[in-house]
Amino acid sequence: MSLELKRITKRVGAETTIHETSLVLEERSFNTLLGPTLAGKTTLMQLMAGLDRPTSGEIWFRGENVTGVPVQKRNVAMVYQQFINYPNFTVYENIASPLRVARMAAAEIDRRVMHAAELLRLTPMLKRRPAELSGGQQQRTAIARALVKDADLVLLDEPLANLDYKLREELRDELPRFFADRNCIVVYATTEPGEALLFGGNTATLHAGGITQFGETAALYRRPADLVTARVFSDPPINTAQVVKRGGEIRLGDFRLPVGQAAAGLPDGSYVIGIRPHHVTPSPVTANAAPIDGTVVIAELSGSESAVHFDIDGQTWVSQSPGIHPFEVGSVARLYVDMDHAMFFDLDHRRVEGAE
Amino acid sequence: MRARYWVPTLYIVFLLLPIYWLLNMSFKTTNEILGGFSLWPHEFTLENYRVIFTDATWYNGYIASIQYVALNTVLSVAAALPAAYAFSRYRFLGDKHLFFWLLTNRMAPPAVFALPFYQLYSAVGLFDTPFAVALAHTLFNIPLAVWILEGFMSGVPKELDETAYVDGYSFWGFFIRIFIPTIAAGIGVACFFCFMFSWVELLLAKTLTAVDAKPIAALMTKTASTSGYQLGLLAAAGSLTLIPGAVVIYFVRNYIAKGFALGRV
Repeated sequence: MSLELKRITKRVGAETTIHETSLVLEERSFNTLLGPTLAGKTTLMQLMAGLDRPTSGEIWFRGENVTGVPVQKRNVAMVYQQFINYPNFTVYENIASPLRVARMAAAEIDRRVMHAAELLRLTPMLKRRPAELSGGQQQRTAIARALVKDADLVLLDEPLANLDYKLREELRDELPRFFADRNCIVVYATTEPGEALLFGGNTATLHAGGITQFGETAALYRRPADLVTARVFSDPPINTAQVVKRGGEIRLGDFRLPVGQAAAGLPDGSYVIGIRPHHVTPSPVTANAAPIDGTVVIAELSGSESAVHFDIDGQTWVSQSPGIHPFEVGSVARLYVDMDHAMFFDLDHRRVEGAE
Repeated sequence: MRARYWVPTLYIVFLLLPIYWLLNMSFKTTNEILGGFSLWPHEFTLENYRVIFTDATWYNGYIASIQYVALNTVLSVAAALPAAYAFSRYRFLGDKHLFFWLLTNRMAPPAVFALPFYQLYSAVGLFDTPFAVALAHTLFNIPLAVWILEGFMSGVPKELDETAYVDGYSFWGFFIRIFIPTIAAGIGVACFFCFMFSWVELLLAKTLTAVDAKPIAALMTKTASTSGYQLGLLAAAGSLTLIPGAVVIYFVRNYIAKGFALGRV
């Protein structure tokens, strides 16, 4: 009982937008599709919805092959990044629209619309038209329309991306609640790793038209199977460098770093390491935090956090730490790398150890 | 400070002067028009208008014109709606070339088509009917309507279409209940331009009609006869041709501004 993508691909003209992908989404689960723009999130959702047909492969839903079934015959709901509402309908009619098409009794429509409107705080706006609403209200109308339907599959395609910061935070907290007690599969696409972690559930990381890994969100964050997944699931981007392990020592260019707990058991040889920006700090955090020196390129100070971009061994690394640490652009800064949290990949970018 | 009012005032006076003169003449007798220069009618008369509204050969000209213009507007926009939708929503082989080719139809002088149309319409028995002129005018009005509508349709995100399908609408349900109201402004603008070009086009309208469907503008030539010009009558007929255009502009004036803002028109 689930949504199953079986070896699906999608080609548009000569271009392959989705490489062979298989995925099983469980009933009553919250799933995040995490990937940069153009990774294929929207295409994948259109295939799941039935708005588009895969070039090859099959889509099964609750034990039935629905590959060629048009979207009208499937019970799905979708919310887009753009605020999509019917401009000539009032908010009430916008929310009621899927129920009207399904020819539901007027009393039941009214009950559901009023309930959804209340949940999304749209009750005072029901008589207005979408153009007379703020962006947040427009998007809440679209979400309400997705809610009233009691869809089996709810697809949310970056629904918060076009909202301003405050509204985004607000809706981000509320969104999982709306779908919590429903018998549906929720798929949420986003470019932000932070959102995936916040929602929990499962995450599939996408890169260049393919799913790189799928699993429980927190586990995926801690144990990415390869460098691509680690990159997708890191914001700011993960710091990488090619290193040589020799005995108890890691050589990164001219720097000598301790091996740390994670890679203690690895054989000597060449590796690629990945270290998340918050494990590179202006002061040592653990005993295995080793100093490295780099030329500061950019220093970003937000209210409570410092992000420093610096050059080391020909690469730009980022350090992210709480508190204000003034760094001067162009100067040489000393930063400490927490080797206990380093991820080791082989030269084919596959994970070779399992750091927590 | 004064210049701010002088410039537009002068501009409007210059624009309106010929129209005033036409109206002025329509209320004069032909003798007064020919007799001398007068700024307003000294012998005010409605005789010219009475002739037009009582003589069937005159008022039928208006009816014929309005018939083929209305028919053409409906035909052009009805044909252009699906075409424009295809151009705005689908990518197909040669779509850009086809779109451009449609526009080039507008660039061809109507005279090129006059003779073939005359023979063809005569052969199928459409000669001297409003259908002949209406069909002939679709030649340049459909491309124009497609071009205008495509602009408006492309301004509507395709996610609106998808949302409607997700909600359960069929294609036609979506197209009629949601899409057409969404681009109502564009349809208004397209109708206006079809109306306007069909209303002012004379060459094809004249070639394809003889008696029954002769447009008013062509009928005006009958004010010249062996006994001289009936200038008052000509002016009255001319004044009346301004009215339908003015009415249509009044209804679509807000849409036109929107059309300009969207970069088409």
